[in-house]
Amino acid sequence: MAKYQLTVNGQRKEVNADPTTPLLWVLREDLKMTGTKYGCGVSACGACTVHVDGVATRSCMLPISLLDDRAVTTIEAMANDRIGRTVQDAWVEKDVVQCGYCQSGQIMTAVALLKETPRPTDTEIEQSMGGNICRCATYVRIREAIQLASQRLK
Amino acid sequence: MFTATRRKRDQEITRRSFLRASATATGGLLVSLYCERVRAQEGASGPQGPPKINYPPDAFVEIQPDGKIVIQVNRLEFGQGVQTALPLVLADEMDAKWEDVVSQLAPAADIYKDPVFGIQMVGGSGSIAHSFRQYRELGAKTRAMLITAAAKNWNVSSETLRTEPSVVIGPGGKRATYAELAKAASTTPVSTNVRLKNPSEFRYIGKRTPRLDSRAKCDGSLKFGLDFDRPGTLTAVVAHPPVFGAKVKSFNDDEAKRVEGVREIFQIPLPRGTGVAIVADKFWTAKQARDRLKIDWDTSEVVKEDSTALWAKYKELSGTKGLSALARGNEAAIDKIARASRLGAEFEFPYLAHAPMEPLNTTIRFDGDRAEAWAGSQFQTFDQMAIAQTLGLKPEEVTFHTEMAGGGFGRRAVPDSHVQREAAEIAKKLRGTTVKLIWTREDDIRGGFYRPMFLHRVEVGVGADGLPAAWRHVVVGQSIVADTPFAAMMMKGGIDPTVAEGITDTQYNLANFNVYVHQPKVNVPVLWWRSVGNTHTAYVMETLIEELAERAKMDPIAYRRKLLKPEAKKLRAALDLLEAKSAPWRQTLPKGHAVGYALHECFDTAVGCAVDVSIVNKRPKVHRATIAVHCGLAVNPLTVESQFQAGVGFGLSQLMAKGAITLKDGNVEQRNFHEFVPPYIMDAPVSVDVHIVPSTDAPTGCGEPPVPVISPAVANALSKITNKRYRSLPLVEV
Repeated sequence: MAKYQLTVNGQRKEVNADPTTPLLWVLREDLKMTGTKYGCGVSACGACTVHVDGVATRSCMLPISLLDDRAVTTIEAMANDRIGRTVQDAWVEKDVVQCGYCQSGQIMTAVALLKETPRPTDTEIEQSMGGNICRCATYVRIREAIQLASQRLK
Repeated sequence: MFTATRRKRDQEITRRSFLRASATATGGLLVSLYCERVRAQEGASGPQGPPKINYPPDAFVEIQPDGKIVIQVNRLEFGQGVQTALPLVLADEMDAKWEDVVSQLAPAADIYKDPVFGIQMVGGSGSIAHSFRQYRELGAKTRAMLITAAAKNWNVSSETLRTEPSVVIGPGGKRATYAELAKAASTTPVSTNVRLKNPSEFRYIGKRTPRLDSRAKCDGSLKFGLDFDRPGTLTAVVAHPPVFGAKVKSFNDDEAKRVEGVREIFQIPLPRGTGVAIVADKFWTAKQARDRLKIDWDTSEVVKEDSTALWAKYKELSGTKGLSALARGNEAAIDKIARASRLGAEFEFPYLAHAPMEPLNTTIRFDGDRAEAWAGSQFQTFDQMAIAQTLGLKPEEVTFHTEMAGGGFGRRAVPDSHVQREAAEIAKKLRGTTVKLIWTREDDIRGGFYRPMFLHRVEVGVGADGLPAAWRHVVVGQSIVADTPFAAMMMKGGIDPTVAEGITDTQYNLANFNVYVHQPKVNVPVLWWRSVGNTHTAYVMETLIEELAERAKMDPIAYRRKLLKPEAKKLRAALDLLEAKSAPWRQTLPKGHAVGYALHECFDTAVGCAVDVSIVNKRPKVHRATIAVHCGLAVNPLTVESQFQAGVGFGLSQLMAKGAITLKDGNVEQRNFHEFVPPYIMDAPVSVDVHIVPSTDAPTGCGEPPVPVISPAVANALSKITNKRYRSLPLVEV
């Protein structure tokens, strides 16, 4: 066990954790922020996606000891982010979710895409979203919601 | 999920249901629907004797003083949209303002049992089909009580009153809100006879209504079962047998115990074999400890299955007739048809994992004389019973909360409740502590309860008119319902109807039609996987039909129309709509693209599918899918559309190159999503347009019917491009 200082959604936090503990479980269990989901633990499904210094990152394989002082942003902060809120609104308007379990990760990946590429092509959407599994397969509406958010952000 | 749906409905049991009203602690109205206990033949849990009702305080409708109308949903919500649809139905008849409605998932209780199945469950695409009328009546009766209360207050006759959303309107512009009337309504007798609306009077039913749970699922605030947290909750993982049914011979936990935060490590019995439970402060701690356990497994008493050997065995079995599931016409007719006019085909379907995104989990706190449990369950009745049994309690001593679930597709409807039994074994040892059992993704992928593997051998004799003149069909695969509480109700003459459903009830007019099944016992637990038998039977039927059409040089739509029985009204309507709606793009297919079709009815819902496919990077690319569906009255057309748009993506799981579960020497060869790969965005159709046949017939399900049609439609399109037949799934190569 060791003490770690981290910045999550702009707030300084301190946790006492095993150095190998993935950021995902620090968020979920130590910080009680359960919006970030466990889906596979091997970076294969994207349910655990957060932003680390703005980059979409799989938190299930990032040990807390390797986070250093990089800033972590989670789904819980998206309502207060201009692009995040726009993406969430588009998701609601397009009635994207079904079971909804993967959608935190989908939205975090989509927000990272739109921050980098405000007007993504269909291919860019496929490439960026290509590591996130939605087992309900709501992909048609995910595409539509990203396009809608992109239009709104113009 | 169950083929029994239609059969059950045929023998629909008359029962009385009645409402009871009472005041809430805060002065609101609480309306409960009390159903008599389902009669003996309906319950899967055996004879239940005379009605004996144990009413919990929960109700279906609660009007709170602030005007909120809380509606209990007697089902699990796991994506299918019932958490929105059933309140919508009730609110329509109640004439409640939609914005006032709050939807809640009901806990396990007798009153929340499925009115047809007799247990509390989600399956068989029955949520709307079975509870539509129930929720309408609940709404209408609640409205009648509010009107009666207003009539009494104003000293006028009820007939002079009407309602607008959440308001009763009286003569001379008198108005009273439902919240104002709630307390008085709670003392009025419940109407036994109410008039239900004509479809033309519906305010919400039939209108595209957004889901109620969208925002909370988009901002991370919605709590799934796995997100359950309460101070002091510990986390458990279990080391499961590497081979199904194996037992722990001995284990060494010296290293595991040294992981900081580990509380307890102990052996537990499982429904199949034994395992070792690790309880710790946190998940990561428990998992680290599990990785350090050294377990010596005893596999001497279990069969070590092997996929290659199973295929050989199935192939051999398919050469013999087996049990007759259907015998129509002359069995020997096919042998009299010239070889050149016969089409022989063999199909292979592997085991498939459900792999819902939220890994399986259950939280239990056991306090000696009672217990509390939290789980996303498709089978609340069984899961509650299993926990009670494990803990030596009565079911009613276990408060069972239905948690929102991250998918399921059948995986949370397990007759032996093995996850809940595991969790209860652990809770039993940690009396007084809340323990959350988590299955890792590896536990899930390797944990069994798969769609069974199936082998089909089919021989079709083609007549001079190009239509089938004889059809002999042998299906080999494990029974799902044998050895479960459903066996007594569902097995007929030793045959599990789910094995050949979709063939035996085909609505094509097949002459000299004979279907046989073999149901080998295999040491691999199997389960219903969204659309159950239709996952493989529709594939066989619809690829063969398209091949026969091609052989007859007929248009595949015209061929199907010619072959359908006259009474196949829903399928005909779906096919007509499909033809019309897909016509514009079918005429202008780009070079290298092809169209494929499929048509299938299951769970009383008929679906037609046309796809525009090309080959990109050696994989099928579905540029477009057009769906035509006949599901009776579409209660929430937006949900119907969503279920189909996404459900076809789920169905494509079957075609994924790494879309199979295989076994070698008793071990499941896949571990996680890198080895059992579900469709990602690039594997799913780019666009799906859904068209609903207008209808006021009784609504039928939309959860499962999207799944069967997509794979055969895509395979049919691929065959047109490559001239190859795709009879062995998954599609490793195109």
